[in-house]
Amino acid sequence: MSAAVSVQSLTKQYKDVCAVDNVSFEVETGHCFGLLGPNGAGKTTTIEIMEGIISATSGEVLYQGQQVDSQISQQIGIQFQHTALQDFLTVKETLNLFASFYQNTLDQSQLIELCDLGDFLNRDNRLLSGGQRQRLLLALALINDPNIIFLDEPTTGLDPHARRNFWQLIKNIKSQNKTIILTTHYMDEAEQLCDDIVIMDKGKIIESGTPHQLLAKHFEDVFIYLPIKQVDEKIVREQGWQVLADRIEIKSQNVEQTLAFLMQHKVSLDGLHVKSANLDDLFLKLTGHSLQA
Amino acid sequence: MNLKRFYAVFKARSIEFFRDRSSLGWNLFFPVLLLIGFSFIFSGDGRSAYKIGLLETQEQTKNIAQQALKDLRFIDFINYSDLSLAKAKLSRHSIDLLVDYDAKRYWVNDESSKSYLVEQIFLGQELSQQVGFTRLKSSGKGIRYVDWVLPGILGMNMMFSCLFGVGYVIVRYRKNSVLKRLKATPLTAFEFVSAQLLSRLFIVMFMSTIVYSGCNLFFDFFMLGSYVDLILIGALGAFCLISLGLLVASRSKSEELIGGLLNLTSWPMMMLSGVWFSLEGAPQALKNIADLLPLTHLVAGARAIITEGASLVDISYHINALLLMSALFLALGSYLFSWNAER
Repeated sequence: MSAAVSVQSLTKQYKDVCAVDNVSFEVETGHCFGLLGPNGAGKTTTIEIMEGIISATSGEVLYQGQQVDSQISQQIGIQFQHTALQDFLTVKETLNLFASFYQNTLDQSQLIELCDLGDFLNRDNRLLSGGQRQRLLLALALINDPNIIFLDEPTTGLDPHARRNFWQLIKNIKSQNKTIILTTHYMDEAEQLCDDIVIMDKGKIIESGTPHQLLAKHFEDVFIYLPIKQVDEKIVREQGWQVLADRIEIKSQNVEQTLAFLMQHKVSLDGLHVKSANLDDLFLKLTGHSLQA
Repeated sequence: MNLKRFYAVFKARSIEFFRDRSSLGWNLFFPVLLLIGFSFIFSGDGRSAYKIGLLETQEQTKNIAQQALKDLRFIDFINYSDLSLAKAKLSRHSIDLLVDYDAKRYWVNDESSKSYLVEQIFLGQELSQQVGFTRLKSSGKGIRYVDWVLPGILGMNMMFSCLFGVGYVIVRYRKNSVLKRLKATPLTAFEFVSAQLLSRLFIVMFMSTIVYSGCNLFFDFFMLGSYVDLILIGALGAFCLISLGLLVASRSKSEELIGGLLNLTSWPMMMLSGVWFSLEGAPQALKNIADLLPLTHLVAGARAIITEGASLVDISYHINALLLMSALFLALGSYLFSWNAER
């Protein structure tokens, strides 16, 4: 499969801060690619260089092997992290405004249906809820029917219900073989949506691959949690289990064997919780601090 | 330049202005309130001082005349080299008496009570009685202070609308990333800036026309010149002020800073551009500074059309100054313009 976007040795140096430090990666056509990292990791700077919004100190970005030119804005769609919409315009007027900027546009009724804008089409931008606003911003990103779509933390600030609705929209777009480049600091979002991920911290890439590959590479264990009051302190000490606030954490490569061990020692399994390692655990392991910190 | 994109931004910005009721109301009522206020405050004869125009004479003669009248207070003397201009001033009640010492004649405005009083004062002077001046008459409708101040108030309102309406809005767009979002589209900076400029020009001219026409129904403003010329100088002045607003807002991302910069730009114009009072008697240095301000040329040009019936040729100095400043502001503003000031 060919690379839709290739990022080569990208560096962005501000006065005394290196926001992006020699970053390289490729985004495959039709994939959803996730740039993960905490606030200040360099995700937004990286994709804004890819979008041509800011210039790199060094390095280059290639679209299907070609250098970026002035026509690139006709071919990509962008949803920024923080964008205000023009006041006093309705949703429909905003769609018309942005549609006028492009040579080719998606049919407006199709766009309205895809992003579920029908219920508030004549509402003033200032009166939109968070979820409605994000759906409108997504519609603006899709208005030119782009093959490559950049979504910068698209669900930040949304309630769980609105987030899940938004994920469904992104899955629908992805099913049309569009390439999506997504930044997020929500691990469940990345696991739900991304085919490939790159984890950034302090301007550098610290790991990359598919979520499954990365978790398999770094974790053989699953985590078993039990209320602390049910387990004898002596067993905890002997086994070297991790004591958390009100529970203990048992890392296990074989859940069946561990459960048999617990039952053998007459430990009650009430409140038992088994969890596989996730990307947040991976990030914690790689950097020593949580991704959502 | 893609006209479709330009028109879309022009339309969106104009819709935004007209739907913002508070801004619209302020732009409409502020100048009306000022005009009503000034017409009320300066109702009656307006200025308290009497003015005698002197056709340019030999220095010696003028000094004798002034010497003879020196004990009288509240009389100003204004020199004129152009007889027709001086007579026009008398007709418009700008001066109360016109005296030509060389030809031993003077003019009085029969329709002005002040002119009659000043004539009596003048004739009462020993020097004039000895010389035997010829009395000539002039007449004409007087200019009230509200007529004189009208171009100043309209010009000042245009200035605030142009500077703050463009400068502040662009900085707000930049701060909340509206500009960044637009930059990510094929819209060019030139298309965006042109649309902002022309949208504001349309708004300012539309609002000023409404204010002028509405107030004219009540005040019956004095108008000697051509309305077309007045609209042209108004549009050119607004264009120049919008260009200045674009220049001031070309890079800043801070609303506090742009507020300060716009005040720094607008206050000198409000004080020195002849909005409230004439700069005729001001020191030359002050006049030179005022000459560098676009509002000075807008107000002076408009006032000349309204009160003197000046043509575009007569005010070509002001037109050229506005054109030159517009070109300078636009060139600098385009060069410095930034969609999103990087860190």
